[in-house]
Amino acid sequence: MAIHLRSAEELEKMHRAGLVVHDVLAALRSFVRPGLTTMDLEKFAEGKLAGKPGKPAFKGYRGYPCALCTSVNSEIVHGIPSPKRKLREGDIVSIDFGMELDGYFADSAVTVPVGPIRPELEKLLDVTRESLDRAIEKMRAGNRLGDVGHAVQNWVEQNGFSVVREFVGHGIGTKMHDEPNLPNYGEEGRGARLQEGMVIAVEPMVNAGGPEVRMRDEWVAETADGSPSAHFEHTVAVTANGPWILTRPKSVTGPSW
Amino acid sequence: MAKQFSEDKEKKKGDSGNPKEDAIEVMATVIEPLPNAMFRVELENKHQVLAHVSGKMRKNFIRILAGDKVAVELSPYDLTRGRIVYRYK
Repeated sequence: MAIHLRSAEELEKMHRAGLVVHDVLAALRSFVRPGLTTMDLEKFAEGKLAGKPGKPAFKGYRGYPCALCTSVNSEIVHGIPSPKRKLREGDIVSIDFGMELDGYFADSAVTVPVGPIRPELEKLLDVTRESLDRAIEKMRAGNRLGDVGHAVQNWVEQNGFSVVREFVGHGIGTKMHDEPNLPNYGEEGRGARLQEGMVIAVEPMVNAGGPEVRMRDEWVAETADGSPSAHFEHTVAVTANGPWILTRPKSVTGPSW
Repeated sequence: MAKQFSEDKEKKKGDSGNPKEDAIEVMATVIEPLPNAMFRVELENKHQVLAHVSGKMRKNFIRILAGDKVAVELSPYDLTRGRIVYRYK
């Protein structure tokens, strides 16, 4: 299956969806505090979106019930917001959110500390975010998918953590999950060659312990050893001027999150 | 939202042009592990066949144990051998 190449107008449309995603995630990031439930985050996001154009991409996707994925501590991805899941000081919560606007998708995620957290968790968040920075840096025409995956794996494993294999980043455009798959591991110089106009959701998922995953139910993936897990994501386009992070304003520069 | 690696498995079935595409895919249960990453598996129709693990699964370190439910591809030419292409959770 071919990988779609997006025109400049298409990228602009995805960027518009991406700006909504960024607004919601940035607001949620400062909203998170101990005592809230993950359903409170969902409600907050719904409040932000009320009356705006576009719709949340996850809700209804393969029967997923919510706009957000909220994955706490050992939950890796696809945690479903619940009024029973209360955030406590020292937790980390990954908030994953996507929008469809005008037929185009954007997808992003950030892992947020709940109050002060242990230094090991700080390091886990830093390393995961840095691995995303490094991966995005590789999103240049002429590089290969393996270079991007390798950048994540190399940095994560150097720091004594492990990358999740069961879930992957993905092409994104007029549907949320498109070709190609982008694993967070790989060998340099392997895989499809990146070309101008390709758009991929780059999303390292990093476990503090082993890489093994256990599915708690159809959706929620958690670490098999119960160790905490972090997840950062951006929708990134390959352009003539290098990588373009579609899920944040153009005025923002520097580290991915 | 992260994509589950196995998500597009069904979509790929039926694509043409690949020599591995003519295979018949059936459900099976692993009976016993054998040397060289081979397994004896029992198909839904109770036939026992010798199956190896597909290269893609080995590459991704998918472990297979006795009792696991798996998807096996059989070649229409030699129905005594198969290739394990998916392990169900």
